[in-house]
Amino acid sequence: MRISLLVKGLVAVVLAAFALFFALPMVWLVLASTKSPAGLVRDNPLAPGSLGTLLDNWRHLMDFQDGAVATWMGNSVLYAALAVVLTLLVSVPAGYALALMSFAGRRLLLIITLVVMLMPATALVLPIFLELSYVGLVNTTASVVLPMSFFPFGVYLTYIYFSTSVPASLLDSARLDGCGETATFARVALPLAKPVVALVGFFSFTQNWNNFFLPYVMLPNSDHYPMQVGLTQMLAATPTFNPVVGAAAEVQPPELVLATLLSITPVLLVFLFSQRFLVAGLTAGATKG
Amino acid sequence: MTAPVISAAAAPARSRSRSWRPAAGHVFVSGYVVLLVAFGIVPTVYALNLAFTDSGGRFAGLDNFVRTAQDYRFLAAVGHVGTYLVLWLVMLAVLVLVLALLVHRLTAAWSRATLRFVYYVPGALAGASSVLLWLFMLDPSVSPVDGIVRALWGSTFVAVVAPGHLPWIFTVIAFWTGAGGWIVVMYGALNGIPHEIIEAARVDGAGPVRTALRVQLPMLRKWIVYMLILSLAAGTQLFVEPQLISQASFGVVGTDYSLNQLAYLYAFDQNDFNGSAAIAIDLLVVAVCCAGFFVAKGGLFDAD
Repeated sequence: MRISLLVKGLVAVVLAAFALFFALPMVWLVLASTKSPAGLVRDNPLAPGSLGTLLDNWRHLMDFQDGAVATWMGNSVLYAALAVVLTLLVSVPAGYALALMSFAGRRLLLIITLVVMLMPATALVLPIFLELSYVGLVNTTASVVLPMSFFPFGVYLTYIYFSTSVPASLLDSARLDGCGETATFARVALPLAKPVVALVGFFSFTQNWNNFFLPYVMLPNSDHYPMQVGLTQMLAATPTFNPVVGAAAEVQPPELVLATLLSITPVLLVFLFSQRFLVAGLTAGATKG
Repeated sequence: MTAPVISAAAAPARSRSRSWRPAAGHVFVSGYVVLLVAFGIVPTVYALNLAFTDSGGRFAGLDNFVRTAQDYRFLAAVGHVGTYLVLWLVMLAVLVLVLALLVHRLTAAWSRATLRFVYYVPGALAGASSVLLWLFMLDPSVSPVDGIVRALWGSTFVAVVAPGHLPWIFTVIAFWTGAGGWIVVMYGALNGIPHEIIEAARVDGAGPVRTALRVQLPMLRKWIVYMLILSLAAGTQLFVEPQLISQASFGVVGTDYSLNQLAYLYAFDQNDFNGSAAIAIDLLVVAVCCAGFFVAKGGLFDAD
């Protein structure tokens, strides 16, 4: 009895320690953004600063390179949003057709999709750069948005959804009622596919927003940077991580903290609001086999 | 579970209208196929072409591969990425499984849900944001865990990011952003194990540890392999972490730490697209092999 109590205590300690490991950096990030540069070093790391300091940090951040941060955030929104729309426009019909229609090359397309889906996206970044540099598209919005829109995982998710959750007989009756292929898809299948559309949209959005390597390689011009790449520019202008900038530093550490916080906010908000349904989506595969 | 039923119902419909439906299917996949060709197949073929030719466009055989592999930075980068991968995959497998099993055994539903959520949230962060956050966590002058950082790695930021510490540091960052998702997946898979099986093991006198080792883990095998292969493929592509750390380390860490960084240097510093393509193909081969392993094995993702 005593041993089992000891084990229970040990389990609780391990679980709590890991909860701390995962949560502490986020908590610190929020608190540190409210501190002055001196306070960040001097005060207890987990003591809050003040609202006034937070506003000061915000003003400095917005002044950085004449509002570069706002430009980068805007770019991030533009790239991620365009890519999500394009991804949905091409993936949903493709997943639908792969699941419920028969056509030449269907099996081959499925296999290629599976292979590419399991490959890390970064594996293709340099080849895509070499290709786009050959056709002269580097440093355009298209050079980031179009490769991001290619999202085989989205096709796979819609394929699984349509082949397990939408009965083919339902579509057949629609066709018997005189619906063409497009009308059947748009009026019958699409309304049923709302959950998977949201899921694909979410995964594609997070991945695009957090994508670093692709825009880093494609966009040499600072005006076109998304936030993730802009952050590296700020890192280079922060004295803690680059002594060369010294007293003339454009960015103080708490401002870099605030920029980091700003860069994760959109994803974090979407994440928190869709948590329940995400977990269901993540584990959907687990119940399949 | 439901898939066979559906396909049985769909089969007659498919064969009945074979004459006209193929064209409709092709229209539906056309957009995706265009992107697949443009950003999957053409870049691969183009990179292959570059990797096997010289700067003048003449066929060069394996010259580019040999030349890049003989670069003094290449083997070092392979060693760096390899060390990181071993550490990261071992930590990932052990800790994710232990945590998933422990959370799964909790009796209070609220604590299970809360822990899964807390473990999972950092998964929203990736790319430069998560690395920057960890640069602060690793800087003893501002870190909330400066005691641990000082004890493990040193009392100044430069000492902390010494090259020898990097495999550990990258493992911590990767674990922080990636482990939560896998814990949730494993938790889901544990839920999928029929209750009767666990009950039978208990009746036979198996304790929680023996049940985990003999019953639960073997039944999770597919998911464990899936996690490890995907993480292996992703880990070989290491880029943003060493890139930012080398930028912030006052030159302690070079910009040639990982293979992807080296490929980047070939393309952008040396203007050697052929060499860059050769390294990119090396990395692509690893990624395709990992992916192909699954598709060939079938089990997890049956195409039909």
